[in-house]
Amino acid sequence: MSNEKGRILKISVLKYNPQVKEDKPKIVTYELEEAPGMTLFIALNEIRQHQDNSLKFDFVCRAGICGSCSMLINGKPGLACRALTSKMDADITLAPLPVFELIGDLSVFTGKWMSGMNDRLETWIHEKEEEEKACSCDTIEETMDPDLSDEIYELDRCIECGCCVAGCGTIVMRENFVGAVGLNKIARYAIDPRDKREDADYYDLIGDEDGIFGCMSLMGCEDVCPKDLPLQSKIAYMRRKMVAMKDK
Amino acid sequence: MEVVQTRVDEVESKFGVKKSRTPAKLDYLQSATGLMLALFMWAHMILVSSILFGKDTMYEVSKLMEGKPFFGESYPILVTFTAILLATIFITHAAIAIRKFPGSFKQYTLYRAHMKRMKHSDTNLWFYQIFTGFVMFFLGSIHLFIIMTNSADIGPYASSDRIVSEWMAPLYLLLLLAVEFHGSIGLYRLSIKWGWFDGKDPKANRKKLKKFKWAITAFFMTLGLLSLAAYIKIGLEHKANYGEKYIPTSEIQGVIK
Ligand code: HEM
Ligand code: SF4
Ligand code: SF4
Ligand code: FES
Repeated sequence: MSNEKGRILKISVLKYNPQVKEDKPKIVTYELEEAPGMTLFIALNEIRQHQDNSLKFDFVCRAGICGSCSMLINGKPGLACRALTSKMDADITLAPLPVFELIGDLSVFTGKWMSGMNDRLETWIHEKEEEEKACSCDTIEETMDPDLSDEIYELDRCIECGCCVAGCGTIVMRENFVGAVGLNKIARYAIDPRDKREDADYYDLIGDEDGIFGCMSLMGCEDVCPKDLPLQSKIAYMRRKMVAMKDK
Repeated sequence: MEVVQTRVDEVESKFGVKKSRTPAKLDYLQSATGLMLALFMWAHMILVSSILFGKDTMYEVSKLMEGKPFFGESYPILVTFTAILLATIFITHAAIAIRKFPGSFKQYTLYRAHMKRMKHSDTNLWFYQIFTGFVMFFLGSIHLFIIMTNSADIGPYASSDRIVSEWMAPLYLLLLLAVEFHGSIGLYRLSIKWGWFDGKDPKANRKKLKKFKWAITAFFMTLGLLSLAAYIKIGLEHKANYGEKYIPTSEIQGVIK
């Protein structure tokens, strides 16, 4: 490691604690020296340790797996633990993700929103009732084509970070919209042969303007998803499927 | 996204009431009418720009549209019918697409703030599309009505007179800007929305589509501006003889012979 002095980063954070009645939103700027390989995760921890122990933000895995550290980085949703400061200007602005309930400063309650969405869209494998009863430990699971299983697991990589939600102009205006994360999950179950739901069942869940027909193809979701999920093509896939559906 | 209130449609679906299929149809119709309008506008621009090849060419084109090569005589009513058909598609498209407009000042402000934060080109493009769509409510309606009621007066002089002496130039200029932006953005978004050109690598193909979109905008915008300039030039020269119809060179030569 070199002994050269790093840049001085100026990190401005939108601070606000809605739990404290008198508190008003304000921008607080912290200065610190950049270290090699520094991420916003490291920078924020330094700030909390040495400058402001009241600063609120979330982290768990610090490796882009848990989805808790999403925030607006210079206006765009992203994961702080994967944001290298070396790739940014020295002036960095951080704000909490919009749409979600604010816990305080950079910490938002994505979990509550996501669990509401998962309940609403029933994002789990649905079997036919008879099969559920017949299910026994002795029957061997049906095999699956490896390509198909790859495709399913590709979509299963979603970490529910909420970046696609905060990056979506539709949700920002219309809060009941399910968002790309929800539409992607429906696509994930729709291609899974283990899920016995039919198109009409999916239509019941997303066949309206809070669902697939609300999406205005702005591609904010696609462009901010830190896991590079194929949101553009999966949303188009569900749209085609829902429009082509014929009633029996 | 806490859904606190009970939603009637959810309750109904639990009791086996079929969920309305209308949103699917509307989404499809919005795209279908948009596509028809956008493709028509390409054809329209090719016809209009015939003026760049001279007054005689534009005259022939106008007669072609009135069916003269097929019936031996001109029937401007054909143009009226075309205009009525287009007005129907136009109104249908506008009626469906209006669902997507920001529904209140609050929604408008939220979207604008989102745009400012994101600095994301597709998010911006949508706003231009909404804006130009709104503009066309007015400008497009005026133009369509005039063509419907004056279908016999389309020709090198009649059209130029309308543009200069009847003051349509500023309206056409704005309409041109609105249509070219709205139409090409619309086609780009249609391709993404339905995944027409996703191919193996949707991300890379989307980049290509966007480049292509700007090329289309530039091409038709240039063609449009040049054509408008040509009509304005003829209109200015013809101002003194306002109202006089164009006589094609072939007929004049016939008389002289
Ligand atoms: C009064 C006139 C018009 C209005 C108010 C209007 C409005 C709109 C709006 C708001 C959208 C966006 C819908 C969305 O976000 O899903 C849209 C889409 C579109 N418009 Fe228009 N428009 C008009 C005329 C035209 C014309 C003349 C053309 C042809 C050049 C056109 C072509 C399209 C296309 C191709 C789309 C994409 C369709 C889609 O996303 O499904 N529109 N229009
Ligand atoms: S789809 Fe992408 S952006 Fe959206 S929640 Fe999942 S991982 Fe995050
Ligand atoms: S494509 Fe646009 S409108 Fe649709 S979910 Fe993604 S960001 Fe939202
Ligand atoms: S801390 Fe887990 S994704 Fe960033």
